[in-house]
Amino acid sequence: MIAHKESGERIDPTGIKIGMWLFLYSEIILFGGLFVLYAAYFHRYSESFAAGGEELDRLIGAANTVVLLISSFTVAASITALRLHQRRRCICLLLFSLLCGVIFLVNKYFEWGAKFARDLYPGSETLVGGEPGLNIFFGLYYIITGLHGIHVLIGMVLLTVSLVWVVSGRATAERYSMLDNSGLYWHLVDLIWIFVFPLFYLVL
Amino acid sequence: MSNQSLEQQQQEHLLGYRQLAVVLCLLLLLTVVTVAVSYVDLGFFNVPVALAIACGKVSLVLLFFMHLKYEGAIINISFLSTVLFLVIMIGFTFWDVAFR
Repeated sequence: MIAHKESGERIDPTGIKIGMWLFLYSEIILFGGLFVLYAAYFHRYSESFAAGGEELDRLIGAANTVVLLISSFTVAASITALRLHQRRRCICLLLFSLLCGVIFLVNKYFEWGAKFARDLYPGSETLVGGEPGLNIFFGLYYIITGLHGIHVLIGMVLLTVSLVWVVSGRATAERYSMLDNSGLYWHLVDLIWIFVFPLFYLVL
Repeated sequence: MSNQSLEQQQQEHLLGYRQLAVVLCLLLLLTVVTVAVSYVDLGFFNVPVALAIACGKVSLVLLFFMHLKYEGAIINISFLSTVLFLVIMIGFTFWDVAFR
């Protein structure tokens, strides 16, 4: 559907959305590749992976899952709010979502910090000199949660840009593709975490 | 003309707050279930059960938060193709590794 604006400018929201989805497919394949590595090594070193999983705090993992799920809800609700012309509510919901992103990253900081303190980081003596399976488990842990963390950061940047657009009136109830696409990206970050959580924190 | 307005309605499908809140509650419930189940040793079924719950959660996010349920054929078909590709990539690699 092509909407006509007063200025005569033509916008194609469906095209914009398809473009975003194409990008999301590439992200899915990127993380899919990492999960293939996980599956193959899990098969080979299942005992070490279980031992590695014990090192991770499943309550912190669960807390981060809850934080991301709630933020996904508030982002989805902010789109509803913008389209219902409730700008103030939309802005509050976006600010809250950004706060959730910050909480997630702060949690991650403490989590990684605790691992570092116990000499569990790439290239540490415990990992290099110990079981190869444990080294691979933590290698994958840092790569996947690190890459996911970068995605959280990018998602927060996109949400901030959308927030500025909503505040400045550039994103409106009729023209919300920027917020919509940032929301899709944020949900993708959530999707990846939904798989990361059981694979790393709940392996038995 | 009527055709276009129909298209417009589909395009602008709006999820209400209540509907979104129900989805969030289901997601939180499934999170509690997956953590609770992780304390029970199901032997071989540990990983399949955890992944099945994760797939359920992902489906909820995709269908409602990412409103895939309300998208047109192009996005739905291309998404399913991506999933199919992912299944081939993970499935065949794992098949090779497991039965080598």
